[in-house]
Amino acid sequence: MLELKDLNVYYGAIHALKGLNLNINPGEIVSLIGANGAGKSTTLRTISGLEKSKSGYILLDGMKINSVPAPDIVKLGLSHVPEGRRIFPQMSIMENLEMGAYTRKDKEGINKDYNKVFELFPILEERKQQLAGTLSGGEQQMLAIGRGLMSKPKLLLLDEPSMGLAPIIVNEIFSVIKNINEDGTTVLLVEQNANMALKLSDRAYIIRNGEIELEGKSEELLNNEKVRKAYLEG
Amino acid sequence: MKAFNKNNIIQIIILVAIIIIGNVLVSVGIIDSYIELNIVLIGINIILAVSLNLIVGFTGLFSLGHAAFMSIGAYTSAVLTRNFNSPFIFAILMSGLVASLAGILIGIPTLRLKGDYLAIATLGFGEIVRVLALNNDYIGGAIGFNDIPQYTNWNYTFIMVVLTVVLISNFVKSSHGRACISIRENEIASEAMGINTTFYKVLAFAIGAFFAGIAGSLYANYFYFIKPDSFGFMKSIDILVMVVFGGLGSIPGSIIGALSLTVISTLLQSIPDLRMVIYAVILFLIMLFRPQGIMGDTEFRLLNKKEVKHNVSSKGK
Repeated sequence: MLELKDLNVYYGAIHALKGLNLNINPGEIVSLIGANGAGKSTTLRTISGLEKSKSGYILLDGMKINSVPAPDIVKLGLSHVPEGRRIFPQMSIMENLEMGAYTRKDKEGINKDYNKVFELFPILEERKQQLAGTLSGGEQQMLAIGRGLMSKPKLLLLDEPSMGLAPIIVNEIFSVIKNINEDGTTVLLVEQNANMALKLSDRAYIIRNGEIELEGKSEELLNNEKVRKAYLEG
Repeated sequence: MKAFNKNNIIQIIILVAIIIIGNVLVSVGIIDSYIELNIVLIGINIILAVSLNLIVGFTGLFSLGHAAFMSIGAYTSAVLTRNFNSPFIFAILMSGLVASLAGILIGIPTLRLKGDYLAIATLGFGEIVRVLALNNDYIGGAIGFNDIPQYTNWNYTFIMVVLTVVLISNFVKSSHGRACISIRENEIASEAMGINTTFYKVLAFAIGAFFAGIAGSLYANYFYFIKPDSFGFMKSIDILVMVVFGGLGSIPGSIIGALSLTVISTLLQSIPDLRMVIYAVILFLIMLFRPQGIMGDTEFRLLNKKEVKHNVSSKGK
C-alpha cells in the first residue's frame, strides 16, 4: 500500500533520513521504533507532505506522492495524527472532529463517522461541547486520533500516541488502535515505547540515525537479543 | 430561503430605522458637524478594527501594516474621485479591491513567516507604502493630496460599517472561517487535516485589506486632505490597540474597542497636556485587569442563539 524507496531527507546540512526503505501492506499494523532523533517523526512528516524529500520515492498504491502538497495527500486517504496531539485547544471537541472531516463533502458519511469515533471513545461524546484545551492528556490523544479518523483514511499515521500518558491510558489507546485496524484501516505507528508497539503490531522497523537497522515480524523482534538489549530493557 | 427568517427581517428593519433616524437627526441639526465628524471617525475605526481582528484575532497573523492598506485605499479613492470624477460607490469598491490586491501581493511572500518575523515584515511593508507615497508627485508627495470631494456622510459610514461587520462575522462562522481559526489554534495540525494553510492565510489578509481599503476611502473623502504620514506606523498600532483592547477574536469586542477608544481620545482633547498620559493609563489598567480584552472572545449572541457558548474563563491564556 505504501512504499518508501531510498528516501533521503535533509534539514539544512543535516542528513535526517539516509536512504530509507519501508513497506506497508494493506490491513497491517506496522510500527517504526527508535530512540530520540532517529528520524521517526521525520519519516511520518515526509510521508504526509509536511517535509520535502530530497531524493527517493514515496509510493502510495503505486503512485509517487513525493511532491503532492499536504492538503491533497489527506484527500488521497492518508491521515497523520501529529506528535504531541496538537488538538485545537479553543475549539470544542465537536469542532475539532469537524475540522478532521474538512476535506470531505458527504454529510451522511461524516455523521456516520462521528458515531464511529464516539463508539471508539465514549468519553468524547459525553464532552462534545467542552473546549478541547480543557481535556486531560489521554482524552486529548483520543481526540487527536478521532480527528485523524474523520478524514476516513485508508492509512493512519500515528506519531507517538503514548507520549506522556499513564500506562493504563496507553493500554486503552492501544486497544482502540487494534480495533481501528480490525475495522480495515492500515496503521503506521511510530513509537518510543518499543515493548507496547511490538506487542501490538504485525511487523516492525527499527530506525537508527536515519537508517533502518532491523526489520521483521514483531514477535521475532521482541525476542531478538539485540533489540532486547537496546530498546526493551533498562 | 433561510436568509429571510423572522430574525433577519427584524434586524434589517432595525438597521433601516437607524439609517432614517440618523438622517432625520442630521437634517434637524441635532447631529451637528462636530458630532458627525466623530461618528464618521468611530465608523472608520470600527471597520479598521474588525478587519484587523480577522487577520490578528481569528487567523493569528500578527500584522503591523494595517494602516498601509488604509492608505492604499485612501489614495485610490482620492485619485478616482478628484482626478476622474468617478462616483463614490465605485471609488469605495475600487479602494477595497486595490488594497486587497496589495494584501495578496505582500501576503504570498511574507505569510510563510510566523509571529515576530511576520510583524517585522508587515511593519516594513507599511513603511514602504508610506515612503512610496511620500516620493510620488502624482499623489502630492509629502505635501499631501488636496481638494478631495467630501462624499462621506452618515449613510455611507453606517452602511459600510454594517456591511463590514456582517460580512466578516459571517465569514468567521463559515467553514472557511473555521479553517482560519484552526491555523491560529495549531498550524501544523490544520495542515495535517488537509487545510491549505497558505491559501487561507492569504485569504484572511486579502479580506482584511479589502475592508481597510474601504475605511481609507471613507477617510479620504471626509477630510478633503490626506498625507502619507497620517497612515504611518502609529496608525497601525492605534488599530491594533483597539483590537487587543476589545478582545482578540471577538467582533463585538473590536466594535466596542474602536468606539470607546475613539470617544476617550476625543473627550481628552480638552486637556491636551495630560491626554496621552490618561489614554496610556486607561490602556494599562484594562490590560492589567482584563488581559483578554473587554469582551474576551465572545461572539454576538443575538445572531446565533443555537450555539452553545463556551466558558471564556476556561481558556488557558
